[in-house]
Amino acid sequence: MVAQVLAVVIFLSMFVLIITEVCERHVITLGCGLLTLLLVFGLGMHSMDAVMETLNLQSIFTPGFWYTAGEAAESSSGINWQTIIFIAGMMIMVEGMANVGFFRWLCMRIAKLVKYRVIPIFITFMVLSSVLAMFIDSITVILFLAAVTIELSQLLKFNPVPMILSEVFCANLGGSATMCGDPPNIIIGTSLGFTFADFMKNTGVIVLTALVFVVLYFYLVFRKELQGSGVSASECERFPDPSEAITSRRGFFISTMIFLCAVILLVTHAQTGLSVSSIGVFVGGVTLLAAGRDAGKLLKKVDYKTLLFFIGLFVVVGGLEQTGILRLLAGFIGRVSGGNIMLMIAIIIWVSAVASAFIDNIPFAATMIPVISNLAAAQGIDLSILAWALAMGTDVGGSATPIGASANVVGVATAAREGHIIKWGRYCRAMAPATMMVVLISMILIYVRYL
Amino acid sequence: MNQQLIISLGREFGSAGHEIAERLAKLYALPLYDHNLLDELAAERNMDFQVLKEFDEVKRNKLLTRTVNGMSSCPAQNVASMQFDFLKKKAAAGESFVAVGRCSEMVLREYDCMVSIFILGDMDKKIQRVQKLYNKSAREAERFIRMKDRKRKQYHNSHCDGKWGDSRNYDISVNSSILGIDETIRILSEFINAKMKQMDRKTE
Repeated sequence: MVAQVLAVVIFLSMFVLIITEVCERHVITLGCGLLTLLLVFGLGMHSMDAVMETLNLQSIFTPGFWYTAGEAAESSSGINWQTIIFIAGMMIMVEGMANVGFFRWLCMRIAKLVKYRVIPIFITFMVLSSVLAMFIDSITVILFLAAVTIELSQLLKFNPVPMILSEVFCANLGGSATMCGDPPNIIIGTSLGFTFADFMKNTGVIVLTALVFVVLYFYLVFRKELQGSGVSASECERFPDPSEAITSRRGFFISTMIFLCAVILLVTHAQTGLSVSSIGVFVGGVTLLAAGRDAGKLLKKVDYKTLLFFIGLFVVVGGLEQTGILRLLAGFIGRVSGGNIMLMIAIIIWVSAVASAFIDNIPFAATMIPVISNLAAAQGIDLSILAWALAMGTDVGGSATPIGASANVVGVATAAREGHIIKWGRYCRAMAPATMMVVLISMILIYVRYL
Repeated sequence: MNQQLIISLGREFGSAGHEIAERLAKLYALPLYDHNLLDELAAERNMDFQVLKEFDEVKRNKLLTRTVNGMSSCPAQNVASMQFDFLKKKAAAGESFVAVGRCSEMVLREYDCMVSIFILGDMDKKIQRVQKLYNKSAREAERFIRMKDRKRKQYHNSHCDGKWGDSRNYDISVNSSILGIDETIRILSEFINAKMKQMDRKTE
């Protein structure tokens, strides 16, 4: 009982500290993780086994961690090293791509392809944002897309805010389509043993359907603000050539090849048996080798704070898991829904969406994974259905408010830096209805397809 | 004046800090940056001045905002950052100026040529001044002063490390009520001149 109370107090304190940004979030989760090890496992449970299970270091030295032979099954308990190693590898690859100008080139190339017409740029950038976010973290996608959007808005004389908002939404939506698109999906996939293809066949289908509605929605909402702007064909000649964005032709070619390799390895990892941690190590390693003397610079740019944030977070959630709190929560959801699977899905998807609109979706997803595992086992429900509901709720819900997801903050901050202040009202008026629409579409598709 | 001089002036509401800043700017023939800085920013970036004004000297709401990799969703923080960047750019270009508020004593602390000043005042004198300037009763004036100072403190302390009005963060803190505005300006200019001479000696 003492251990349970301590675990809950530490967990809630962690959330409050993250929200109030008392200090950097990795310091908060690491501090709370340390308290979990000392107070919950040490003082409350007197259990060294719980400490070892939560630190989960032994998992790295098992063959299954690197090669799963098609039976991916990572334990959901403790630090999810698969997630951390994979994200680290992808961070290195993305830094390599950014360094050689890949993202800027891609955005400028597409703008040129549509002859610098505002509405076609608006639509293609939404699709581009979704597609890129399927494989690359949404922060990087928005960082580049928003910067190019602002640059184009100055050249073509249009308001960049509608375009940035729709790009942000599409990045969050695209991220939910694949296992590596959004951190909650990586955690869900590696914790519950789903493959990249599983996500594509399930959340991917939902996202593609929703994307059609989203593009239509944003077109209808923003068309008046974007129409009438643009420049003549002769003026387009003066625009910067996309190839100017490339800093090194050799580096560009290698980075593109590595990216394509990463996509192929991820899409086929169920067939090849390579775990996501192997893929992360491979793409990160090859990027560093290709970078040569610049490898040190790339390593310095890796966002270690996010990796440390994950480690601390997994320990705190491990405290809730080891003390049985998450089992109690699963039991509570089971009782509230009365064993009705439709109600359970509705609760999971809407609660996840609303929670993710206001709090970080990564801790939320990490907490909910053991909950849905317990729920599925206790109620005899297919775990995957609950997993897709959780993925869609956490990934899409974050779009509703400016603080719901990292991409939103980056989009809003990039616009503000160039003098376009986006207030809560302006943001939510456009994004909250779109979020509700996609959550509703996701719920209906889950009902129709799986029940 | 060949040497770069930056005067950063923080002040309590009603302490005549703004008037002192204006007169110091005139005395040293320097441009003054206060809320007029928003005009320059609005013109420079083709922005709506009213939006900037809405978030000028507003504290950061931690509950409704989030920071990712140093980027913030908070409009108040973004407007504050724009002003900080503006001042940093001017200082880096070697320009001399007087900055009123805007956490300038912290934002520009790396510049040795900066003289940071904080002007405070006795409450009764501040009330008299505010009553005269804003046509308010004594009670209203006191409430107004406390409200304004609370807002300034919240703004300052939420956007930078040092505490607003903490004498350790300023080169000199003066109570303008003791000697009056003219004498306060004379003392401050002596201090500024002495610091500039010292700077001259260092560079020689």
